[in-house]
Amino acid sequence: MLNRLFVPITVVAAAMFAYAPIMILNAPYEATMGLVQKIFYFHAACGMAMFLAAFVSGIGSALFLFTKKPSADRMAVAGAELTVIIGLIVLVTGPLWARKAWGVWWQWDARLTSTLVMWMIFNAYLLLRRYGGPGSEKLAAAVALFGMANVPFVYWSVNVWRTLHPKTSVIPSLQPGMRGPFWFCVLAFLLVTTVILMLRTELEKRRQQLDELYLMAEE
Amino acid sequence: MKRIHALIIGLLLVTAPAFAAQDAPKRPSQDEFVPVTGPTSAQETIPAQTLVGIAYGFIWVLLFGYVWSVRTRLTRVEREMESVSRRITPGK
Amino acid sequence: MRAFARAVWIVTRKDLLIESRTREILFTTVFFALACVLVFAFGFVKEGRPMEDVAAGILWIAIAFSGTLALGRAFERERQGETLRALLIAPIDRAALYLGKLLGILMLLGAVEILIVPLVALMFQAALFDHALVMLGLLAAGTLGFAAVGTLFAAMLVRARSRDVMLPVLLYPITVPVIIGGVRGTAALLAPTADVAMARLWLSMLLFFDVVFLTLALWTFEPVMTE
Repeated sequence: MLNRLFVPITVVAAAMFAYAPIMILNAPYEATMGLVQKIFYFHAACGMAMFLAAFVSGIGSALFLFTKKPSADRMAVAGAELTVIIGLIVLVTGPLWARKAWGVWWQWDARLTSTLVMWMIFNAYLLLRRYGGPGSEKLAAAVALFGMANVPFVYWSVNVWRTLHPKTSVIPSLQPGMRGPFWFCVLAFLLVTTVILMLRTELEKRRQQLDELYLMAEE
Repeated sequence: MKRIHALIIGLLLVTAPAFAAQDAPKRPSQDEFVPVTGPTSAQETIPAQTLVGIAYGFIWVLLFGYVWSVRTRLTRVEREMESVSRRITPGK
Repeated sequence: MRAFARAVWIVTRKDLLIESRTREILFTTVFFALACVLVFAFGFVKEGRPMEDVAAGILWIAIAFSGTLALGRAFERERQGETLRALLIAPIDRAALYLGKLLGILMLLGAVEILIVPLVALMFQAALFDHALVMLGLLAAGTLGFAAVGTLFAAMLVRARSRDVMLPVLLYPITVPVIIGGVRGTAALLAPTADVAMARLWLSMLLFFDVVFLTLALWTFEPVMTE
């Protein structure tokens, strides 16, 4: 599936990714949080990329369960791996920013908690695929599906739970000078995610072809 | 050998009450949970530049590490595919 | 419709019959739940008095942990007897098979809760019976949600490797809303001034969760269990 779009998208994505730090450096300095706020550009963009990857995995899983197409499964596993990697970025850069912005490393609010739960679900997905033995692709697909359905519930629950406690922070609305770099970073990360997804599905496809070759060799 | 063992055990038994008789060092007792004081102290401990540096460094390492790992796995699979297909064609 | 209900009952009755002979899973699960409550009590009781809100948390954690264990054991029995394949070949609706198993697990967990809930009320001086109907609703809805997801996962893991540790790894993140709803709802009822409206809100969330995930489980049981 490394179609003709792959090279142009890669070039654009790489260029944007390389240029992003320059844009970030030139972006206006945030009044209250200072330098640390610059983490936000990549952190928030990664958050969106994580949801894209999770969405891809969820759709792939559902398709695989009900149509049994191998291409759907490839999409599912690629999305899951990327969700875990980008999720790790989000969960590490977030506290690094939060330490200065809120004074604490972690907080049990709706967004953080549901991100953490989603990350754990996709970790479970990968663990199942790796250690579950043969036939675990379908089981993992069910996990991904249930996981995706679960996230809105977690978000709502933690929201209701936390409104009883006073909010210790308010994510500031973006100053006009920051919107440019922010959306640039979002686009850059979405393209990077797409590129890596294509690469990873290609790897999975080759693996399946290799398995078929092995089967043929045994005949 | 048995006498040495008996001697050591005897010594331990004699000195043990001496240790026990000493009072445990007194620590000021806390009545309640004392929360960490507000954001000011947190901001003084780790400089912002370190945090930003770690954050961006982590992102680059992870992303490039993952892409590199996918590429390596891809070349390995392709190499295996070549060797297996070579095994098939002369055999048939 | 009647044939479907009969199929469900046959599956449940089979499980109940086997269990009634040895009562192995029932007894061991009850004592495991007790041990859980004990361990958590040592973790959270300070100077002989339990910390606030702790009873609600301990109750639901004990239910979650013992539920996971019971699920694993119930399906381990199927695996050892190699009866799962027989059940799958049987000319009954797959949905009936799932519901039959679910009903059996619910009865088992219900029996455990009948013993554990009064015990927690006693040990932690928690007024769990003041608003008995809402409390019962929370327990029923929470247990149903947990068991609905758990039955599907335990069934699909029967033929997988590392199934013992995989079940909690898969189950706990997905039943987080059940735990949150159950604990917060129970805590609302146990507060100095019982917040029944809050508890009812959590109850409705749990019921919604049950509907969504029961539907999802019925939908995916067939494709997941077939080769």
